[in-house]
Amino acid sequence: MNAIDPTAATQERIDLAEEYREAGVADVLERLDRELVGLAPVKRRVREIAALLLVDRVRSRLGLATTPPSLHMSFTGNPGTGKTTVAMRMAQILQRLGYVRKGHVVAVTRDDLVGQYIGHTAPKTKEVLKRAMGGVLFIDEAYYLYRPENEKDYGQEAIEILLQVMENQRDDLVVILAGYAERMETFFESNPGMKSRIAHHVEFPDYADGELGEIAERMLADWNYRFDAAGRAAFDEYLALRRSRPHFANARSVRNALDRMRLRQALRLFDGGGGGQIGVDALCTVTAADVRASRHFGDAALTGGVPQADG
Amino acid sequence: MRMTQGAFSFLPELTDIQIAAQIEYCLRNEWAVSIEFTDDPHPRNVYWSMWGLPMFDLHDAAGLMQELAACRAAQPEHYIRINAFDPSKGWETVRLSFIVNRPSQEPGFRLVRREGAGRSIHYTLESYAVQRRPEGERYTTGT
Repeated sequence: MNAIDPTAATQERIDLAEEYREAGVADVLERLDRELVGLAPVKRRVREIAALLLVDRVRSRLGLATTPPSLHMSFTGNPGTGKTTVAMRMAQILQRLGYVRKGHVVAVTRDDLVGQYIGHTAPKTKEVLKRAMGGVLFIDEAYYLYRPENEKDYGQEAIEILLQVMENQRDDLVVILAGYAERMETFFESNPGMKSRIAHHVEFPDYADGELGEIAERMLADWNYRFDAAGRAAFDEYLALRRSRPHFANARSVRNALDRMRLRQALRLFDGGGGGQIGVDALCTVTAADVRASRHFGDAALTGGVPQADG
Repeated sequence: MRMTQGAFSFLPELTDIQIAAQIEYCLRNEWAVSIEFTDDPHPRNVYWSMWGLPMFDLHDAAGLMQELAACRAAQPEHYIRINAFDPSKGWETVRLSFIVNRPSQEPGFRLVRREGAGRSIHYTLESYAVQRRPEGERYTTGT
């Protein structure tokens, strides 16, 4: 059916599934699917990128002209939506497909790139780039690099060096910029050179309440804890309350909340009677009481209580 | 006279690809690589100048090759060598050192014989290049 042009190249049949298995990408994608809750659009984008790279690889092996794909990406989304985690997986995928050699991730922020006095920025940025060679450079909150209010800011210098390396050493490293959606948008508007060099924009949606509940359960399972039935129901209520508070950071807030619930659970066991005798079961169970002791439940009772950042 | 010191010095000059492959080997063994240069190639001169700091958290040879290119551009008529330091306990020493750049002309060394007491003779080496000019100008082209 595809023998329109019967040259040697088109007659060769390519088993994409075989290629896919050989590259070992299937394994990473599967783990991405299994281990990360929700994030359906992100997973689809990662699959798309992986598929493109795989097809490109096959094409270049058959001598079909392709320009080497541009791999720099930007991850936008609210805090705690899994940008760093996905970046790590992305590095693995790129490494297995042979687009980066080592597959390590160097995560940096403005402080690691921008110096404090004239002549400090270039060596600092170059040092970081050197470390990231062969892997992925993950720049968190990348918009801080550009400070329009201060025209003497050294961030611009770092951006220029980055751009140069992103253009000239595409084989050596992949840059992933991450940050909040709106602020990244303004960053790209004021740095068109940056925008044009980034091929893949991936948006990370907020988690739904149900997904956050699942994340909480998985986190607890990792630490060998679990909710009892009432505890789980209370946690769902907690999530609804917490979301309406300022500084809600998705999975990160869940993690912090669970940390505090573990503290309360430990204290409850420590203070509670039982003659110092408790079962293994009790050691592992987070109950409704541990959840409901949170400050957010208190605030909800006093209508219009003082909003607090975390609790 | 071609100066031979460090590893690979009896081989033809390594190409950049071969150098990068050696660096990959060093990094695979978790050795820290560094670049040094000098224009005083006396075999007993162990104090070469450092080109930047040793690269302790490098993962890929591309980073070092970039620095090497910069060093070659700045010091084309110098000896440049790459050292690989093994920081693991029990070694803590240089495991590999090789020259990656040398001046276009190497006049070599003169053997100096000094007569001592009782007609005994002390031998020493003197570099023609070091003798003829001060530091930094020793290997510049043209006499």
